[in-house]
Amino acid sequence: MLAFLIQRVLQAIFVMFVVALISFSLFHYVGDPVLNMLGQEATEADRAALRAQLGLDQPVVVQFWQFVINAAQFEFGISYRSARSVSDLILERLPATLELAIISAIFAVVMGIVLGIYTAIQRGSWLSKFIMTASLIGVSLPTFLIGILLIYLFAVELGWLPAFGRGQVVDLGWWNTGLLTASGLRSLILPAITLGLFQLTLIMRLVRAEMLEVLRTDYIKFARARGLSKRVVNLRHALKNTLIPVITIIGLQLGTIIAFAIITETVFQWPGVGALFITAVRFVDVPVMAAYLMMIALVFVVINLVVDLLYYAVDPRLRVQGGGK
Amino acid sequence: MSSTPSSGEHNAAAVAGHEPGAAGQKPVLSVRQLRVEFPTRHATLVALDDISFDIAPGEVLGVVGESGAGKSMIGNAVIQLLEPPGHIAGGEVHLSGRRIDDLAEEDFVPLRGRHIGMIFQDPLTSLNPLFSIGDQLIETLRTHLPIGEKQARERALALLTEVGIPAPETRLDSYPHQFSGGMRQRVVIALALAAEPELIIADEPTTALDVSVQAQILALLKRVCAERGAAVMLVTHDMGVIAETADRVAVMYAGRLIEIGPVNEVIRHPQHPYTVGLMASIPGLAKRRERLYQIEGAMPRLAAIPTGCAFNPRCPHAAERCRTERPELLPVGGSRAACWLHDPENPLPRRDTLDTRQGEPALDSPGETAR
Repeated sequence: MLAFLIQRVLQAIFVMFVVALISFSLFHYVGDPVLNMLGQEATEADRAALRAQLGLDQPVVVQFWQFVINAAQFEFGISYRSARSVSDLILERLPATLELAIISAIFAVVMGIVLGIYTAIQRGSWLSKFIMTASLIGVSLPTFLIGILLIYLFAVELGWLPAFGRGQVVDLGWWNTGLLTASGLRSLILPAITLGLFQLTLIMRLVRAEMLEVLRTDYIKFARARGLSKRVVNLRHALKNTLIPVITIIGLQLGTIIAFAIITETVFQWPGVGALFITAVRFVDVPVMAAYLMMIALVFVVINLVVDLLYYAVDPRLRVQGGGK
Repeated sequence: MSSTPSSGEHNAAAVAGHEPGAAGQKPVLSVRQLRVEFPTRHATLVALDDISFDIAPGEVLGVVGESGAGKSMIGNAVIQLLEPPGHIAGGEVHLSGRRIDDLAEEDFVPLRGRHIGMIFQDPLTSLNPLFSIGDQLIETLRTHLPIGEKQARERALALLTEVGIPAPETRLDSYPHQFSGGMRQRVVIALALAAEPELIIADEPTTALDVSVQAQILALLKRVCAERGAAVMLVTHDMGVIAETADRVAVMYAGRLIEIGPVNEVIRHPQHPYTVGLMASIPGLAKRRERLYQIEGAMPRLAAIPTGCAFNPRCPHAAERCRTERPELLPVGGSRAACWLHDPENPLPRRDTLDTRQGEPALDSPGETAR
């Protein structure tokens, strides 16, 4: 178990190192930030001074090493555009993105699993046929279109929910949250649905397919032959086996939710990290872009690690042989 | 049913339960004219047609037949675990005198495990891989018996000891993948017997096991069922298993019961031409033969069962009557066979291609030359 954990952590570090290399190469291939920052009237001396200040005059290897050391300490330098510390910019906007991502992940996972189980068990009912048909919409419509449609229906036509922004937020010092005010919660509904709908339908269809597969197995038939109730057979024996492959996909999808938040944040003008990244791309604000890349990579790596550990917890066949032969 | 007026009395005798071997005791399981159908887009397939038999307490009834003959279907129909769209389309099933074939699913659930236990073919896939065997045993015990966790654990240990798992207290928390195939089948037997059901349906319980383990599992199954007085329906294609374990044997062909009787009687004096051929095609260790006997042709598909006797296209004795009129189970010797050869009023003349008196065919039978 410990060896397994160490191995996975080493792998994670390697992956992060590679991502750091890619992020770092952004500095050299995505335009010259110095030109952008100083404008056309700057002299060659000004530029040289700024280059030295930003450390851009050093050899590449030294620059990269410095970048890795700084990144490990969550230090990504100064934003070219706003001249503020990148980590401050990200930390200030991270709560908005995380709240949105977590709420829509909970929405997608809970609804996805519940609907997946329902459509698998009540395979023939008209309601599950309707859900399956409706889920095709979630799978096939692009996120931004769903967002726009939701805004049109619930914000413009019905006027029930706000069309953009985060509503009123409460500052807890280290975290500003929209979850404590009515307007904050109301603002969260549409973006959370928009962001989670695709994952919901994906998880639902996956759970349904896996569950149907599991319900056909001998051990389910034997569980029924032992006289266990339908509820115990479906929700204890079948569900646990269904969730093993589903956990992996859910894990990867959670990473995607944070990454895809860019589109939803743009549609709803959500003040999160995704919106920050879009602005950074427009202004070739390389430190922010690099930091964002590193952050998304870290999210994926951490989630993968957690998924592997969850596997261990759920599936006894992966654990070290405890009882002996 | 294509019964004729002349066979009505035999049919009535079957309904009354007067079967050789089952007489005297009230049967645990009593199946009458059971019919199972599978509606498909093109036609309704009759998977079981007019099946009637009894099993007495403590008795082991072997059910044999080729793949697709419907032998597993009987067990699945009795415990109501038929794969949809298969369903019971006619007949009755009585368990200890109570009719059970017309129960709704929620009324049937309490019977499974408590009154009817079932053992499946493959012990490697019968146990849920994610739960320890202790979990699965305790869960089964507590579903059926009003006992607490601790008592259930003690009973689980006793059950494991009984089915011959060494050091059960160290194995209770082990998972199925930590057991060998034979050990897993012992666990499966313990699970099936946990709530002491009066009927055990064992569907090919040893087919997936090594030959050396088969005999142990059969002996175990026979012993634990005998100790509890449970009736056993042993479904298998292996006549050796039947000969070793069963008291009576029922032979299936194309979804029909064609012969039933005490095991020695059926093995030594098979009465239905199909059973004769089946017995002759078993390789014997004592007598070495150049080539095994085989019955010409193949069992018909369910969609194309011939009229009259289902075996008539392959039967060496077949006459016009066999192609039009379906025979009922007719008493002959110590058993009963569904063949017009044994019609007491108008027996069909026997042709000499098969020598039934010795229970083996001549080597120049049509089955040989057809190769």
